[in-house]
Amino acid sequence: MSSPAESDLERGLSALAGRLAPGGAVANLRRLTAVATQEVWRFELVEGETQTPLILRRAPGGTRVSDTAIGLETEAALLEAAAAAGVPAPEVRYVLRPEDGLGHGFLMDFVEGETLGGRIVKSEELAGARTFLARQCGEVLARIHTMNPDDFPRLRRSTPAELVEQYRATYRASDWPRPVFELAFRWLDAHCPPPPEEMKLVHGDFRNGNLMIGPDGVRAVLDWEIAHVGDPMEDLGWICTSPWRFGRVDKPVGGFGEREDLWAGYEAAGGAPVKRDHALFWEVFGSMRWGVMCASMTAAFRGADPSVERAVIARRTSENEIDLLRLLAA
Amino acid sequence: MQDQPTPSEVIGAVAAFLKTVVTAQTTGATSFQARVAANALEMMRRQLDLAPAEDAAELERLKALLGHDGTLADLNAELARRIADGELDLATPGLSDHLWATTMAKLAVDQPTYAAYRAELAARDGGHS
Repeated sequence: MSSPAESDLERGLSALAGRLAPGGAVANLRRLTAVATQEVWRFELVEGETQTPLILRRAPGGTRVSDTAIGLETEAALLEAAAAAGVPAPEVRYVLRPEDGLGHGFLMDFVEGETLGGRIVKSEELAGARTFLARQCGEVLARIHTMNPDDFPRLRRSTPAELVEQYRATYRASDWPRPVFELAFRWLDAHCPPPPEEMKLVHGDFRNGNLMIGPDGVRAVLDWEIAHVGDPMEDLGWICTSPWRFGRVDKPVGGFGEREDLWAGYEAAGGAPVKRDHALFWEVFGSMRWGVMCASMTAAFRGADPSVERAVIARRTSENEIDLLRLLAA
Repeated sequence: MQDQPTPSEVIGAVAAFLKTVVTAQTTGATSFQARVAANALEMMRRQLDLAPAEDAAELERLKALLGHDGTLADLNAELARRIADGELDLATPGLSDHLWATTMAKLAVDQPTYAAYRAELAARDGGHS
């Protein structure tokens, strides 16, 4: 059941495999995610007797890149810098070049484990990991925040107030009245932390669903596409935001742990002391942010991507409205 | 007067077809998208069934909050603007109840299995609201 685009991809990858390893070939190419904004493929690089499972991350169709994403070449560089900083990350094997004819993307090692948030909060096999996962996430975040932002001069730098303004502008552009969002923006204005003393490299999407998890805990931090430079507390709030609890609303950290454990791990691994009110700000910000992102899917649906999936994500905006009410008007 | 069966009934049947027949006879992305499509149709069916009464109730609350008549779209936009301007906030009598009722009505259509919504429903049944 291979489409013309898939045959092109397979041909291009096979040619590349021959250059990566003498006589190298591609086997079992299959798409792993149906997510519209990213292509993730898995295949085996065959070199004689050995088969190495690899992942290809690629812009949709090889070319389409969203406005907020940093670009896959930068994402590959971030993965390499993360690994050097002691963050669990897959090894980048190859960054696509124009002459490969495969568009923008990179090859990385396949890391075994679970990324589906719904399984991570429930699976029996991961019951042990759930007891220490929140603390470990804190430790991993502390290491991410040691990465040098100056190595990535093209990443967007934003203070907390600038981020609030950015999302307010996106919300206003949707031209659809949302009284709950207005209430949240008023609250965020009133509780906005000052610019951080030290701007850090922020992962931006560190949450359950973007972490490869095994019984031993975090095996890889994935999806660096919205990394930026700003207040490191943003990452500690985002993983507590309600949509990433996958139904376990009583477990604030990713549906598997407690905030206190996340913060303790962060501080013990060298992260700056966590200010509780700032952490709450970023949790409210997270619900607003995901809400605005969902709401903006309506324009994407009416524009470049009229898929049912987009339409349905747009309708998840109301989940964030109830989350914001639970935070602000309980 | 249009004939039977109703849009709600037909949409329900198409959703069931997608969910049981199409997902079973397809694989991978197509099967996944058929399930997403079925869920989308079920959402639209809930909206057809629930929105008329909920919209009418929302309009009555908005008239009471804002003190004048208008369309649902206009009054909703005015409420948003007045919250943004700081004229109305959670201390305004009726505002919190209105936002809760409106949001619960949205969730009943969009995502009735969302855990936070279930938790709020349970709390209301328990007499906390």
